[in-house]
Amino acid sequence: MSVNVRIPTILRTYTGGRAEVPAEGATLAEVIGSLEENHPGIAARVLDDQGRLRRFVNVYVNDDDVRFEQGLETATPEGAGVSIIPAVAGGC
Amino acid sequence: MAVQTAAPTTPSVDLGPAAGLSCRECGERFPLGPVFACEHCFGPLEVAYDLPAGDPEELRKRIEAGPANIWRYAPLLPVPADVADKPNLNPGWTPLVKADNLARELGVTGGLYVKDDSGNPTHSFKDRVVAQALEAARAFGFTTLSCSSTGNLAGAVGAAAARAGFRSCVFIPHDLEQGKVVMAAVYGGDLVGIEGTYDDVNRFCSELIGDPLGEGWGFVNVNLRPYYAEGSKTLAYEICEQLGWRLPDQLVVPIASGSQLTKIDKGLQELIRLGLVEDRPYRIFGAQAQGCSPVSAAFKAGHDVVRPQKPNTIAKSLAIGNPADGPYVLDIARRTGGAVEDVDDEQIVDAIKLLARTEGVFAETAGGVTVGVTRKLIENGLLDPSLTTVVLNTGDGLKTLDAVAPTTGPTATIRPSLDAFRDAGLAH
Repeated sequence: MSVNVRIPTILRTYTGGRAEVPAEGATLAEVIGSLEENHPGIAARVLDDQGRLRRFVNVYVNDDDVRFEQGLETATPEGAGVSIIPAVAGGC
Repeated sequence: MAVQTAAPTTPSVDLGPAAGLSCRECGERFPLGPVFACEHCFGPLEVAYDLPAGDPEELRKRIEAGPANIWRYAPLLPVPADVADKPNLNPGWTPLVKADNLARELGVTGGLYVKDDSGNPTHSFKDRVVAQALEAARAFGFTTLSCSSTGNLAGAVGAAAARAGFRSCVFIPHDLEQGKVVMAAVYGGDLVGIEGTYDDVNRFCSELIGDPLGEGWGFVNVNLRPYYAEGSKTLAYEICEQLGWRLPDQLVVPIASGSQLTKIDKGLQELIRLGLVEDRPYRIFGAQAQGCSPVSAAFKAGHDVVRPQKPNTIAKSLAIGNPADGPYVLDIARRTGGAVEDVDDEQIVDAIKLLARTEGVFAETAGGVTVGVTRKLIENGLLDPSLTTVVLNTGDGLKTLDAVAPTTGPTATIRPSLDAFRDAGLAH
């Protein structure tokens, strides 16, 4: 499956400044593996030492927060948009 | 290095005692700039200080001689020393109401206080945090102020921008309470309703900030967040000073992202370190609405990570399903011997009315959450009624009239005659 991944400013040093890059994979885990092949070092920024999503990283497949889906096993359909976003918040 | 969002110029940065930024997760240090996340671990960055050294008594006198607003604490904030001379809303120094009537209702014997932040210029605590972000925006050369907002922040940003001569463009969920929409729009900046929840708005803003479309914008709660968040420390400073430079024994604080609670703890720790208050134990309790209670759920389950929820509550200013500071709130509640509890929408409305009826304070829904949770914590035996307790009301009830309107109205409607009045049974 080919997907488009939106890269946050904070990780664009790994993508030569590009805000969106293509990747391959049927699940989010495979997509991150594909990103790592093309942009070495990026996976370690998104995943912790145990290979889990870092707690201050939010990842969306299309409009769905993967934490509400199957996490790294969330399916990434052909043409899906994957967004990696640092966690921020307002409110109290 | 951390990646900085584009600022139009790179002027020399004078933010008073702010010495740099540090990552709360891995401790990495970064220079002051419009940066909000650590490049190494995505952890949130916060301001590190060179706080004033020397005689606490002198510092206390200096603070007491300062203006009756948050700038009396300028030596402890990321702002230039002449901040009080610049055009801003001068928020803070809101009343600490000694709530004896409410205390009697709740059975609190050790002294109960309500820190009533509805008295700020745009009627919520948000003026405190926006005032810090505004100074950072000035320092970094931004001219547009922006934010993602559950409503209160949008108004605070619009007003602060108007006063300071900035452009504003703010983003809110499209279905907010009417009062908050009007309050956000009236200041003349651009107000954009996003079709989605607050978490969707937040995500949109995070994407906008990395796009050329958002270049040169100061998002108070995104790329200016480390500075913005520090404004909540002033609640801790004011509460202690208003108690006669004394730590309260217990505090009940609302939780949306959890930022306010963590910064109140940071403020209390600074006062202890500076010798401005005696170092003694205090407990911090977090309050959530049941319809958006990811931190409360994690606390009760004994977890140290927070599983996001889809919000569904009348307390929209607290409706953040994915609270960025949730793990830190859990740490603080457990470290201080506090707890995190939640109340349902009916209990929130009851608590708003209880506070209004007993103390003449009309709180927004977030205030109903803290008062409702206080009552529940006492019933559960988690909050000690024999200790001095401060409950936060972070906003004005006029902003969330919808919440209480269905169950609040005239006692009677009568003809303009004494007979009608007598017949209505109100002549006592």
